[in-house]
This record gives sequence, C-alpha cells and structure tokens, in this order.
Amino acid sequence: MDRIDAGILLALLSFGANAEDSPKPTTTKPPAKPTEHGPIYTAPPQPLPEPEKSYLPLFTLNYPRVQIPFEITLWVLLASFAKIGFHVYHKITIWVPETCLLISIGLIVGAIMHSVHEQPPAVLTSSVFFLYMLPPIVLDSAYFMPTQPFFENVGTVLWFSIVGTLWNSIGVGICLYGVCQIPALGVQDINLQENLLFASIISAVDPVAVLAVFEDVNINEQLYIVAFGESLFNDAVTVVLYNLFNHVAELPVVDAADVFLGVLRFFLVGLGGMLFGLVFGFVAAFTTRFTRKVREIEPLFIFMYSYLAYLLAELLSISSIMAIVTCALTMKYYVEENVSQRSCTTIRHVIKMLGTVSETLIFFFLGVVTITTDHEWNWGYILFTILFAQIWRGLGIVVLTQIINPFRTIPFNFKDQFGLSYGGLRGAITFALAYTLPNTIIRKKLFITATIAIIIFTVFIQGISIRPIIELMNVRKTNWKLGTINVEIHTRLMEHITAGVEDLCGQWSHHSLKDKFMRFNNRFIRKILIRDNRPESSIVALYKKLELQNAMEVLDTISGDISAAPSLISMHEEKASNKSSFKPKRTFLASDLTAMHEILSKNMYKIRERTMSYTNKHTLPNDSRAREILVRRHTSIRRSLRARSFQGSESARSQKYFSLPLGQSLDTGYATESIRLNADGDPALELHNRSVRPKPRPRSKQPRFSTTRARLDPLQELHSTVNMEDEVRAEESSHRPSRQSSSSSNSRSRAPLQRHSSLGTPSVGEDDPEGDEQQLESPPPAWTPEPPDRGSGGPRNPLLRRAQWKPQDK
Amino acid sequence: MGSTSSTLSKIPNADELIQETGFTSAHLARLFERFEALDKDKKGYLSPQDFEAIKELALNPICDRIIGAFFSSGQEMLDFSSFVRILAHFRPIDNNRTKEPNSPDPINSRINKLKFAFQLYDQDKDGKISRNELLQVLRAMLEKQVTEEQLESIADRTIQEADLDRDDAISFEEFRKSLEKVNIDHKMSIRFLR
Repeated sequence: MDRIDAGILLALLSFGANAEDSPKPTTTKPPAKPTEHGPIYTAPPQPLPEPEKSYLPLFTLNYPRVQIPFEITLWVLLASFAKIGFHVYHKITIWVPETCLLISIGLIVGAIMHSVHEQPPAVLTSSVFFLYMLPPIVLDSAYFMPTQPFFENVGTVLWFSIVGTLWNSIGVGICLYGVCQIPALGVQDINLQENLLFASIISAVDPVAVLAVFEDVNINEQLYIVAFGESLFNDAVTVVLYNLFNHVAELPVVDAADVFLGVLRFFLVGLGGMLFGLVFGFVAAFTTRFTRKVREIEPLFIFMYSYLAYLLAELLSISSIMAIVTCALTMKYYVEENVSQRSCTTIRHVIKMLGTVSETLIFFFLGVVTITTDHEWNWGYILFTILFAQIWRGLGIVVLTQIINPFRTIPFNFKDQFGLSYGGLRGAITFALAYTLPNTIIRKKLFITATIAIIIFTVFIQGISIRPIIELMNVRKTNWKLGTINVEIHTRLMEHITAGVEDLCGQWSHHSLKDKFMRFNNRFIRKILIRDNRPESSIVALYKKLELQNAMEVLDTISGDISAAPSLISMHEEKASNKSSFKPKRTFLASDLTAMHEILSKNMYKIRERTMSYTNKHTLPNDSRAREILVRRHTSIRRSLRARSFQGSESARSQKYFSLPLGQSLDTGYATESIRLNADGDPALELHNRSVRPKPRPRSKQPRFSTTRARLDPLQELHSTVNMEDEVRAEESSHRPSRQSSSSSNSRSRAPLQRHSSLGTPSVGEDDPEGDEQQLESPPPAWTPEPPDRGSGGPRNPLLRRAQWKPQDK
Repeated sequence: MGSTSSTLSKIPNADELIQETGFTSAHLARLFERFEALDKDKKGYLSPQDFEAIKELALNPICDRIIGAFFSSGQEMLDFSSFVRILAHFRPIDNNRTKEPNSPDPINSRINKLKFAFQLYDQDKDGKISRNELLQVLRAMLEKQVTEEQLESIADRTIQEADLDRDDAISFEEFRKSLEKVNIDHKMSIRFLR
C-alpha cells in the first residue's frame, strides 16, 4: 500500500512538475497527443539542446498552484488562533472587545509583513467582499435576531436605521463638503458627490462589540433590540446609498431628476429586496416540507436559498441585504419546524461559523492593511470626519428619538439615547466598502485612511470605554435572563387580560394585530409550509428539539469536563441525607425554570420562539440552559412516574382539561400522557443516545463513565423502534397508547401504570428510581434520570443542585 | 365632535364618572357607544352572554375570568357606570398627577391594576392565590399540551418563589412584591380611542 501511495504521490508531483515545466522546452520526450491528424508533439521541431536525461523529480514545489487557497486558509487559521488566544485570559475579553483584539493582531501581523516587505494578499476585491464575505455576516445577524422583540420594535428599528442612516450620511457629507472648501486643508478637489459617498460609508454602524457589552450588563431589551436591528438594517441602507452615490459620483453634473430618481430607486430597492426575501423564505420553507428523506442536505437548502436570494437581488441591483435578511427571518420560523434536530443545529452552527469567519477576516485584514498600505493622512479632514460623525450620530439619535417616542409604549430616555449613539461603532462593512471604492475616485487613499482612522477610533476608544460608562450611568436594565416564573406567568396573564379588554372595547392595538396575524398564520400559512402541521404538538415537539439539541451539547461538554466526578459524590451524599426527611418544599433546578419559561412563552400568541437569543455575536450561547433543559427533561420523565393525587374537582370545566386529550378520564389520560411522554421522549433521547454513545466512553473517567453508561443504557432499554423524530410525530398524531410498535415500550408503559396504581405513597414510588441510581448500577426497570442530573450538574455544580422531588400531597 | 355631547347627555352621572375614572368626555362617549353596540337586545345593561358574543374575546384563553371580573359578586347585569369603572383600570397611569394625600388612589393606579389582576386569580376571594387557583389559571393559559406534572411543578415553583410567609399561597402583598420590577403600566394599559 505504501509503495503504491508513494508511487501515486510521485506521479502527482511529477505531473505538477510537468505542468510547471511545460512552457519551457523539456529534455524528455514530450507526451504524444493523439489527434486525427496524428500525434502532435508539443516540443519545438529543432533538435533538443541537451541530450542528457533528467530524472523524475522526487520533490517539487508548486506554490503558485495552491497559492490562493493556501493563503486564504492560513489567514483564516491565523485569525482563528487569535480568537482562541483571546479567551485564554478571560479578563481581557470583558474589558476589551474582541474586535479590538482582532485588529491588534492584524496590526501586529501587518507590522511583521511590512518589515519583510510583503504585501497582503490582494483578495479583498469588491466582488469577493460583496459576494462572499458580506452574505455570511448578514445572514448571521439576521438569523439570530430575537424575533419577538424585533417585531414589537420593528417600527423603531426601521426608523432609526433608514432615516438615521440617511440623516447621518447627508449631514456628514454636507458638512465635510463644507470643510473641503477650506483651502488650508488641501482637499478642495473632493466634490459633493464624493463627500456624500464617503459619508454614507462611514455611517454604517456595526456595534458588534457594543452588543456584547449590552448583553453582559443586561441592558434593557428595547435598547438592545434597537441597536441590533439598527445595525442590521443600516447595512442595507448603507450599501444602497453607497451604490447610489457611487453611480452619482461618476456623473459630472447632478440635477433634480437624478435626485428624484435616486430617492425613488432607494425605495424600490428596499422594498424589492424585502419582497424577494419573503418569496425566497416561503419557497425555502415549502421545500423543507419535503425533505424528510434527505435529511443530510437539509441545511444546504437553507444556505442555498438565502444565498440565491442574495445573488438574485444583486443581479437585479436591488438591496441584496434586505433580501437575505427577510429571507432568513421568514425562513427561520417555518424551517425550524420542518427540519430535523440535527439539521437545525447544523444550520445554526454553520451560519454562526461562516459569519464569524467572515467578520474575523475583515477585521484582521483591516489591521494588516493599516500598516502595509501607503496612507494619505490629512489631519484636518480626518479629524473633522470623526468629529462630524460623532456629532451627527448623537444629534440624529436625539432628534429621531424625540419623534418616535410618542409612538412607543416604552419611550427611550436620555441614557438609552446616549447608549445608542455612543454605541455606534464602525466596523467590518465600513472598512470593506471603503477598501473597495472604485479607483476612479481620486482621493481614494485618503478615504481609506480616514475610514481606518474612524474605525480604529470608535472600536478602540468607544468600544473599550462603553462598558464602564454604561455601568456608571446605570442605564435601565431588563432582566434578560430568566426572570422569575412568577413574573412570567403574571405578565402573561396581564397581557391576556389587556388583549381581552381591548377586544371588549373594540379596539385595535399591537396585541390584537399580532393575534390576528398569528391566527391567519396558523390557519393558512402553516398548513402550506409546514409538514405535519398539528399545532397541538408544538410544545412537546419544541421540547424534544431543544432538549435533543442541548443534550448533544451537554454530552460534548460533559465528556471533557473533569469536575463531574467530585460533584457526583457530593450530590450522592446530599441525596442520601435528604432522602430521610420529607421536605414539603422542593427545590427546582435552574433547568426547570428554563423549561417553564419555555412552556409559558408558548402561549400568548401561539408564537413559537425557536432560537434562543444568540445575542453575543461572537459566540453561540453557552450551554448552561441547554444542560438545564436536559436535566429538566429527565426529571419530568421521572416525575411522570410518580403517583400523584389528582385534585380532580377544582376544574369546573372538565372538557377543557387541556392536558388531556378529549374524552378521556383523568387516570387513563394521565397514563396516556406519561406514555406519550415516554415514547416521545425516549426515541428522541435514543436518537441522541445513538449519536453520542461512542463519545463518552473513550474519554471519560470511571465515575462519569458509569454515569453516562447508566444513563444511556436505560434509555437504550426504552428504545422503541422509532428512531426519527418525524416518526415520533407520527406517533403523536395517533394519540393513543397502543401505537408503540415494540413490546419494550409496552412493558414500559405498564411499569408506570403499576407505579401509578400503587399510589398512596408517592415517596415510595420516588425512592425506587433514586435507590437504583444511587448504586449507579445497570439500569433499573425504567428510569434513571438521576445520573444525567449529576453528570450534567457537574460543571455547574453550585447552580444545579438536584431537585428533591417530593410531590405535594393535597 | 358634535355627537359627543349628545352621547354624553344619554349617560347618567357623566360628570361623576369622568371625575372618578379620569376618562375624558370623548373617551366616555365612545365607551358608551361601545356599550350600546354590545347590548344587542337594548336592555340597558350587559349580561355575560353579550360578552361571550364578542368573537375575539371568546378566543382569549382567560375570557371567562375576564368576564367574571366585570360581573363580580355574581350579578348578571352590568350597567354602564360599572362597565366604565372597571375599564378605568386600564387607563395609562398619569405620571404627572399631583398626589393629594387624602384622596384615594385613582382607579388606574398601579396598585389597583395589580389588584385587578390579582382578583382574576383569586376566584374565591379569600385574598390569597392558592395552589389550585394558580393551577386553574395556568391550565387555562397553557392551552397546548402541557403535561399535568409540568403544570404542577410550575405552580409549585411559582408559589415557592413568591411565598414569603410560607402559607403555600400567594397573598396580594407577595403578588405585588414579585412584580415590583415589572412595568405594569405597559402591560395593563390600553390607549383608549376617542
């Protein structure tokens, strides 16, 4: 084998060598190419100069062949290493935004390159940027936009982004033009169009770093979502303006007709983009309805459709960013219901990865370019640029807020406005747009220099200082993370009340509008776009999806986490000591809260909030929630075993006992419920079971190993022949306990019934699984949800204390 | 609007209502028109059936509780002033109201809004939200399939979070305290049309 490999390698190398050498006359006989005219020899017909024999080259270096992909790969790797490096020292990332660090590394590398007189690869051309680097960034932002807050604030977001960007561009442009008239600065040759062009470039806000800070300080949701949305949409506006002004800049004279056409084009472009995006989003959703058999390429559809939307929009010169944004927003909701769990995860990860890579590359490149290109530095122009940019942004925010505040239910106060305007950092897109300015612009170098200056200024100075300032100013905060369950329930109730009273008064407001839309959605759109559209299965389906996804993530972390073992023991002891006392109060895992929030948030407008808010642009969310949900899932399975006494009489309306399918009594319904839960839960768990089982074994230490084994095995036992989610859904649809095909699940279903009927002492029923788990033995008859608690509780030891399930008897 | 004054004249105690509820006369007139529109049989008062006839309201998960809030103490007839008084809870809070120490809180004060919401939980009017009552409301709001044990654990957690005096029920004070960070005005206000 080796010799064959070596032979192949040699052959390849020699081909390469030959390819390289072919332009020069070779000393070997040239290969004969058979054609109809007979073999043609490619060598010149003169006698060969040197009759010496040249041997097959053993090692050749063929750099030009791989130069471009090779260098790109190296760059990406380098930038990624830089990112790894930042997180080594945790404190840095708190105070210094990642973009700063990236630019710094870029500067260092640029310095190195400069000292060896290398040029950075000329890869950042206009087409490369617009066609390859921009779409992932935008898709990333759009896909992870928290939809519900976004739609509540969509008016404000659009207002700030569209009008705000226009305001900034035109204001700064005109001011700079005024400054240009000053002879002392020596920039008189920049005309108005070019100034406007430049101004539009630098008004593209990219508060990536700021968003991370906002999230860390739990800033109030309104501010957060407006900043997020503004950055996204103003990219769209900036690109449109850029193209517009670019075109205009080439015209020698601009008259009123051009201006009017410009404005018209602006709207056309924006709305056209949105329409495009919607169409593609729906088509993508529709396609995924049929992808059940081709799960592996499901993510591909998402990417292809959004990219296609982008490209087609570029083709027609309408706003491609708007297209891809609306496509992503529309698609997300429907597609995430249709695709399998794995595809869902893949999609998210890949989008995040691509977006991060793209952005990292651009910032890195920025750093390098700063050192290596020749700059044209003009103190006056640049300082004025920075000054005007800041002033106009601040002014713009204030004025716009004043106008829009009356229309908002929660108006922005001055601190919010300050946060918004100070958080207006410039970033990747600004740089790329400046870098790819056409060369017809005379002062292109100046523009590039000025852009780099303003980016570095905002990113470093504002980016680093915003955190202390925000904290000092005590901007209004929202408790972003899980608030109390109380708050959630009561606010839901209040929203329902308010919506009801509005209906009573015959009024419309955004509550009822949303309701109407969701009802329309449920009735028509979902039927078309979503496979197996059964609205009643939403929560359970969501649970499974979330928990599957998160279970996989949990297992990833668990296997690599060392602290699991000690916590096992500590929890062991804790459990032992607590077993004896029946505390009436039970402690809830933080996981339960997450899950509770999930349940609760399902109901107001029957909106499914699929993605958790991946609000930090540089990372996917941490998996604490994930872990918690998994644990909670297991505990809910466990709980379903417990006999409990029903408070049967409270509900006045038995027909509206919602957790039961209709027409069943409480007992059978309960069994159905738990069975359904079993069948739903376990095949799903089994699904991830299969995928991750190989992993923990080689890596885990003994206690953990037995943990996972104990966990996995009982789940194995609970294996039903169903192994795909959709089949589970199909099972759900039949709703009846008899649907399980495997006998194991039947026996399983009998087990809870038995426990159930033994009633009386809930603590007994509960002790059994606990007793089993305590020994960490091979699987007890049905359930060992405990181990996952422990295993996953490890890394978050203080937070995830095991729940002590003492059901309340009433 | 010319019709306002004519409508107003039909309303008994219009001035008193305006004073008490803080609605303007335009608001009141519109509400009266709505009242009459709902009162299909022209009885002069509203009955629960009139409320149930509102289509959108019927789709609300807690519609019966809302209706029950209007028809408190079991009465079957709702006259206009009671109608308006209850609706007054939903007026946005006036931030620039001068606080006179002796006058009672206006109907739309934060406390009263909270009391209104509280009473939707507390059907038996014992001043506490018991676990059962909480479960009922949860069941009503969580229309989709949530398993019973999930509901119960949610209810348990809710009580656990809020219950400071360990009586396994949520009193109004505890309720209020748990919501102290929430912007009630935003949640429980309607901009009444003129």
